[in-house]
Amino acid sequence: MNAQIAAILAIDGIASGAIYVLIAIGFVLIFAVTRIIFVPFGDITAFTALTLASLENKQMPGTVGMVAVLAVMATLMEVFSLWRKGALGKIPAALFFYLALPLIPAAIAWATAGTLLPTPLRLLLTVAVILPIAPLLNRIVYQPIADATVLLLLIVSVALHFAMSGLGLLFFGPEGVRTQSLVDFTTFIAGTPVSGQAMLILGSAIFFSFLLYLFFNFTLYGKALHATAINRTGARLMGIRPQQACTIAFLLGSVLAAVSGILIAPVNTIFYDSGFLIGLKSFVGAIIGGMVSFPVTAIGSMFVGILEGFAAFLSSPFKDVIVFSILIPVLLWRSYTLVHAEEEDEE
Amino acid sequence: MRKLVFGVSAFAGLLLACTAHAQEITVGFVTSLSGPASSIGINYEKGMNAAYAYKDEVSGVKIKLIKLDDGSDPSQATKNARKLVEQDKVDVMIGTSSAPGTNAMMTIANELKVPFFAVSPVNVPIPADGHPWGVSMVQTPQLMVKVIADRMQRDGVKSVGFIGFSDSWGDLVYNGAKAAEANGGPKVLTNERYARTDTSVTAQALKVVAAKPEGFLNGGSATQAALPLLELRKLGFKGPFFGTPSLLNRDFVRIGGKAADGTQVSAGPVVVTSQLPNDHFAKKIGTAFHESFKKVNGGEADDGFSGYAFDGWVVFLEAAKVALTKAKPGTQEFRQALMDAIYANKNVAGTHAIYNFTPKSYFGVDERSLVVVKLADGKWVYQP
Repeated sequence: MNAQIAAILAIDGIASGAIYVLIAIGFVLIFAVTRIIFVPFGDITAFTALTLASLENKQMPGTVGMVAVLAVMATLMEVFSLWRKGALGKIPAALFFYLALPLIPAAIAWATAGTLLPTPLRLLLTVAVILPIAPLLNRIVYQPIADATVLLLLIVSVALHFAMSGLGLLFFGPEGVRTQSLVDFTTFIAGTPVSGQAMLILGSAIFFSFLLYLFFNFTLYGKALHATAINRTGARLMGIRPQQACTIAFLLGSVLAAVSGILIAPVNTIFYDSGFLIGLKSFVGAIIGGMVSFPVTAIGSMFVGILEGFAAFLSSPFKDVIVFSILIPVLLWRSYTLVHAEEEDEE
Repeated sequence: MRKLVFGVSAFAGLLLACTAHAQEITVGFVTSLSGPASSIGINYEKGMNAAYAYKDEVSGVKIKLIKLDDGSDPSQATKNARKLVEQDKVDVMIGTSSAPGTNAMMTIANELKVPFFAVSPVNVPIPADGHPWGVSMVQTPQLMVKVIADRMQRDGVKSVGFIGFSDSWGDLVYNGAKAAEANGGPKVLTNERYARTDTSVTAQALKVVAAKPEGFLNGGSATQAALPLLELRKLGFKGPFFGTPSLLNRDFVRIGGKAADGTQVSAGPVVVTSQLPNDHFAKKIGTAFHESFKKVNGGEADDGFSGYAFDGWVVFLEAAKVALTKAKPGTQEFRQALMDAIYANKNVAGTHAIYNFTPKSYFGVDERSLVVVKLADGKWVYQP
């Protein structure tokens, strides 16, 4: 390996690392607020790429059907629980939030199927169609068991991942897609080619991490989320509704998943089941951050990306083995050095 | 009197119907019309439709075709096979689109002693009594690699880089290339692997470029096989690309775009029937297949899979001609006669190959079953 090859590998690693950063931050964000390890996160990333590709091919994306089904289910559940509580006055609002709002972008995608929208609109529509999926899943799957243990929530998440990847096959079919490049230029930094797409990916990762930093430190919602993450009961006593906090966390997570999906779509062929491995590698990054620290998560995910690049060069058949086996020293190190808080006691 | 006549004629009619039924050959066909293997399975079904439209009788005996879907599930394929034999009393089975399902059906065929035409690769042991009850229509992976390796050698390519899937398919192609190398074929300089769901092959491609091979052998399959080609061209690799029939895929061509142009792969002659010379064995039967396919399915047969189903039918027809002289359809004697005829018939020309089966192996094709085709402007072109 010479310096030139090392440089190319490093850039490739940083580009995939940046994708992992976005997803890992989403993992930590959702986990901190809801205690859910949201395994289907990677699937949503893949669905974004597939949605974008469908829109590019002037087809109606399979996500439209998926969102419609989820929205109807969530609405029925919400209306039923409101009716049981006797809070009939809240039903119109529930109909708006759970049925109308998610279906608006889906309806637009359905109506514009067959016409090629300009790129910015297309990206925006993709994000808008994808956004409701995670919050709706939260309403359907997690809200009824919101107070369960972390382990139960994890098991449900794994089951949900399999359901989602099955639905992905149903709605998108078995073929892989690849979208057009968003940027098409290559610059040379110290004689090493750097693609515009890699720069775009890195830039987006930095930009969205910074936005999240601003959100958590300078907005009321952000502070409310932060408070929920630190102490649920305390936050509730302060008048923060944990359900709302969960929904916001899932929405933010969806934005990150959608952005990473859009960024990865032109780089690689994405299949309905591609998301899982991407999610799993990001999860390694999130573990390095102990599922709490955003900066360490970002550094950890970047490390995973770079390690993956070099591991693939040194011994490609064992690439994944190398990436996942760094979990062992990381976990050992964490369990020796950290005073870890026990899971909240039942009050 | 009138009643009696009516009764007698009704009885006679019934008898006639019964004998007619006994004089019918029943064929059971299993494929995946749903589930992940259906993208291939549907091609098999179209091929079967074309085959049935091509000829639905042999020596004046009608053939009845029963079609079942296995949902890409080997256990469903097993159930279907049992149902076909035990309930429908089929004389012959043909199936299915996934390799595990096909292996399952072959096991059933050996157990229940029913002739079986596999349209996918088979990998089950030959029964202890040395009498297998099935044959596979496909070319072996070793043969697919050998034909393309021979072509590299002929074209003077001395060394190749290799990137393949990190699964058994990658192993098969790599081992095939290594075997060719041992026989004086091009040297295989790298053994890089990637998974279908990987996000990047930059590192593997760099390693190939660093090894400076003259050509590149692709051990991937379908859509994702395009990934190394795109990456290699991006890194400035100029050498020719070689591959196996698993690249004969519309999505590979679409995604590979310019980078994949010029890729040479070994392929069953059926994909380039119209370009074959007139004296080629597959010209006549292949043309008949394509015409029949177009008539029934309303589109061109641009896949390799439908041809396997058609070839299974052709070999079956030839064997049935002989077997009908020896036994009656619907009996075990007929099944035995059919199997004997499959082994006895020599040089049966199909759309893919000239078939010569023996009880020693499930496969019965040789190097003539593969031609080399080259991707030019999105079309596969025959390279004599």
